[in-house]
Amino acid sequence: MKTAISVDVNGVSHENEVEPRLLLVHYLRDILGLTGTHIGCETSLCGACTVFIDGQAVKSCTMFAVQANGSSVTTIEGLATNGELHPVQEGFWERHGLQCGYCTPGMIIAAAQILERNPQPTREEIRHGLDGNLCRCTGYQHIVEAVEYAAKKAAG
Amino acid sequence: MANKYVGQRVKRTEDPRLIKGLAHYVDDIRLPDTLHVSFVRSIYAHARINSIDTTEALKAPGVVVVYTGKDIAEKIGPVPCASALPGLKVPDYRVLAQDKAYFVGHPIAAVVATDTYAARDAVDLVMVDYEDLPAVVDVEAAAEGGPVIYEDFGDNIAYKLTAGEGDIEAALGSADRVLKQRIVHQRLAPIAMEGRGVLARYFPGEAELTVWSSTQIPHLLRTQLALMIGFPENKLRVITPEVGGGFGSKLNVYAEEALLGWISMQLNKPVKWIETRRENIQATIHGRGQVGYVEIGCMNDGALTGLRYNVFADLGAYHQLLTPAIPTLTGLMLSGAYKIPAIQINVTACFTNKMATDAYRGAGRPEATYVVERALDLVAAELGIDAAEVRRRNFPAPNEFPFHTATGLEYDSGDYETALNNAQAMIGYSKLREEQKQARDEGRLIGIGISTYVEICALGPSQAMPAGGWESATVRIEPTGKVTVLTGASPHGQGQETSFAQIAADELGVDLNDVTVIHGDTGIVQYGIGTFGSRATAVGGTAMLIAIQKLKEKAHKIAAHMLKCEASNLAFEGGRYSMQAAKAAAAGGTSDPVVPVGEAPGGALPEPHTEGKSSLTIQDIALAAHIAKDLPPDTEPGLSATYFFEPKNFTFPFGTHICAVEIDRETGDLKFLRYVAVDDCGKVINPMLVDGQLHGGIVQSIGQALYEEVVYDEQGQLVTGTLMDYAVPRASQIPWLELDRTETPSPVNPLGVKGVGEAGTIGATPAIVGAIVDALAPFGVKHLDMPVKPEAIWKIVNA
Repeated sequence: MKTAISVDVNGVSHENEVEPRLLLVHYLRDILGLTGTHIGCETSLCGACTVFIDGQAVKSCTMFAVQANGSSVTTIEGLATNGELHPVQEGFWERHGLQCGYCTPGMIIAAAQILERNPQPTREEIRHGLDGNLCRCTGYQHIVEAVEYAAKKAAG
Repeated sequence: MANKYVGQRVKRTEDPRLIKGLAHYVDDIRLPDTLHVSFVRSIYAHARINSIDTTEALKAPGVVVVYTGKDIAEKIGPVPCASALPGLKVPDYRVLAQDKAYFVGHPIAAVVATDTYAARDAVDLVMVDYEDLPAVVDVEAAAEGGPVIYEDFGDNIAYKLTAGEGDIEAALGSADRVLKQRIVHQRLAPIAMEGRGVLARYFPGEAELTVWSSTQIPHLLRTQLALMIGFPENKLRVITPEVGGGFGSKLNVYAEEALLGWISMQLNKPVKWIETRRENIQATIHGRGQVGYVEIGCMNDGALTGLRYNVFADLGAYHQLLTPAIPTLTGLMLSGAYKIPAIQINVTACFTNKMATDAYRGAGRPEATYVVERALDLVAAELGIDAAEVRRRNFPAPNEFPFHTATGLEYDSGDYETALNNAQAMIGYSKLREEQKQARDEGRLIGIGISTYVEICALGPSQAMPAGGWESATVRIEPTGKVTVLTGASPHGQGQETSFAQIAADELGVDLNDVTVIHGDTGIVQYGIGTFGSRATAVGGTAMLIAIQKLKEKAHKIAAHMLKCEASNLAFEGGRYSMQAAKAAAAGGTSDPVVPVGEAPGGALPEPHTEGKSSLTIQDIALAAHIAKDLPPDTEPGLSATYFFEPKNFTFPFGTHICAVEIDRETGDLKFLRYVAVDDCGKVINPMLVDGQLHGGIVQSIGQALYEEVVYDEQGQLVTGTLMDYAVPRASQIPWLELDRTETPSPVNPLGVKGVGEAGTIGATPAIVGAIVDALAPFGVKHLDMPVKPEAIWKIVNA
């Protein structure tokens, strides 16, 4: 028994028939082939699968694809505009905010959300904002600096 | 030669693909008609398997086949253990359980289906009839007797080992004081953010098998898989795509890797298994897992006389690749950064009904460092000498290197006191101590912890390693002038595509972007050992450096031939072999003006085919070497060189970490006031990457000190099976880390590098626990076991 859904992903609209139990992250990765969104725990504890759904950062391993019906999704692949990196992506590169890169797509989406809500966060606010996302490589310090870089850049 | 890249904070060349979501980890590789594997795993720690009924599972939609232990018993060899210790007992570790299951998570059956949902559904339909057996959980109890896991072995002791130099009895007997402490190193889970994953594809026509695996050791894995499944190694290709972290957990050969390769051959289709986080905590190696008793002897002035460590090592149910070797590394590092005339370690390594322990970041050294540093704190407290001072009094001086330890090592180079002095200056140590005293008078609980660690890196000389300690590199300059580096190291987040390119670009005088570093594909890269033990740059980078030097010797000869001059009239500078550079060098470094073509001094120039040049870039030479119409006699065409570097010793990075914490009396929680680290990893190639390694390592130490612990209950059930229960540190729990460094080059390799991958996990835990103990000193606390949770602190403060 499949259900028809219509989802806008990174500005492209997709119509698919999916099993109701299909997780959104599997829809993005396995049906649409957008493998930039990663799976780190399947229990919404690590945040590697974080994507934007209608502008809200959401862990896509804990949401069904059918729940995204009619929504607009942005994944890491859709974050750059016209080939230009999002300031947070740039910050991660400039400030060595990643090592193995596995948590990075979710981390970047979460960081972008922090800045949308609070364009000039303190270090403490950045850290609290990132608490839903685990990184095992960086110890977070360079990620905090990457977000600061992006905040500064966005401020001009 | 002036360095353009080495020593600079060069941005990583790896990053664009990673920040755009365009990299390919194993699960991102998509092959048509791929089948998916999911495992039935034991729910008991120790059980007899009476029967396995797969009938219902086989009827489930999408299920292709279900394999159980009897299907593979005669087909796939045991999971290998590379360490050979005298008298070591080695259980027969099959890729699927045979008649018994030995730990929670032990694979019992493999369900193969058309997609992962179907495979996981069918796992629940496999009926296993278990007969629960008594589980062996506590390592000290395992050593004493009680239920025996492997009846053939008679007891649960895998091996016993005594090592060390000096007369320990006399050393402790002659000491003014002997201090004793029981110390627990709790089990940790490495938790790479990407779990393990395997994709295997058999090509029936070519009779070739390709295995993509998230591993740190592609070549060693290929050899072991060839042996396990009886497949020709030269038809077997292991590809390590993007790897989402390892920390030692992927320095191994796992049951699933062999099984997937074998299944692909049975079905003639690609098969994939991607580990879930639950499986990752159950069935990927754990780290640490030691309970030990330290005795340290000292004189009243703080001089150490001897150290003995009797340790029970919790190996788990089976040996993975290096399981038995880890406690021996602990033994090697028990001298710490100190002159200790006599040292003895007595290891009792035991089987328990748990997942195997093995190399998790630091691998035996964090345990040693923790034992020694905690012992030094005990000495300081006993004698009333400051913790920094008691350390300083026992350091070998810089002129005492190479320094021989009573554990049988030769430390290569070091200046421990400078690192300590600098760290004390950074944190304002004396002022901090005054503030602490004042705070105590006000009833506040502030503690200061110090760790002056030394570690062992650049693993290592082959003589001291289970299977090869060298590393390989091939360096090619392609006809178009692009440089290709093939390294046997297998970086998985460390950034060596960048740092190796920095070294190569400087040595060859080319642009960094003209260098590509290729790794992790046995079909492309010459045999290598891999990335672990903080070895990639010190051993693999050196192999590359020497390969470049060999390549340049050849290029130099070709350049002389092309320019019709003696090789001695040419020098290499800025990517060019030129006469001007040679003359400048001969004139003591003063640079001659470039001689205009046609006015060159007599005889040598110009000749038509050099088009009037008095210099050639190494890239010009590469093209000529490939066209090969006019090379010096007896010169091989092409421009590439390969080198296998065998290090003569390990390297020994060191440093001082100091942290200050304040304890909340009401909650027992603590906050970091400062965290300062001065580390010395030898010469630094890219300071940004070094900082990143230290940050990550220190935070894993904070995890061990305060949060993380793999807990099995008394039945051997895994209590911390998810990231809800296994507490990996989050961003808000971490203080700002203030880093500085000293640079003491290693004499062991021409790069002078030592390694930095594990320093943070080795150096930091004693500083953190030391600070908590120091804060609680007014309550008579001398030691606390990790993870030090608020509950334990609260009980002390509110007793």
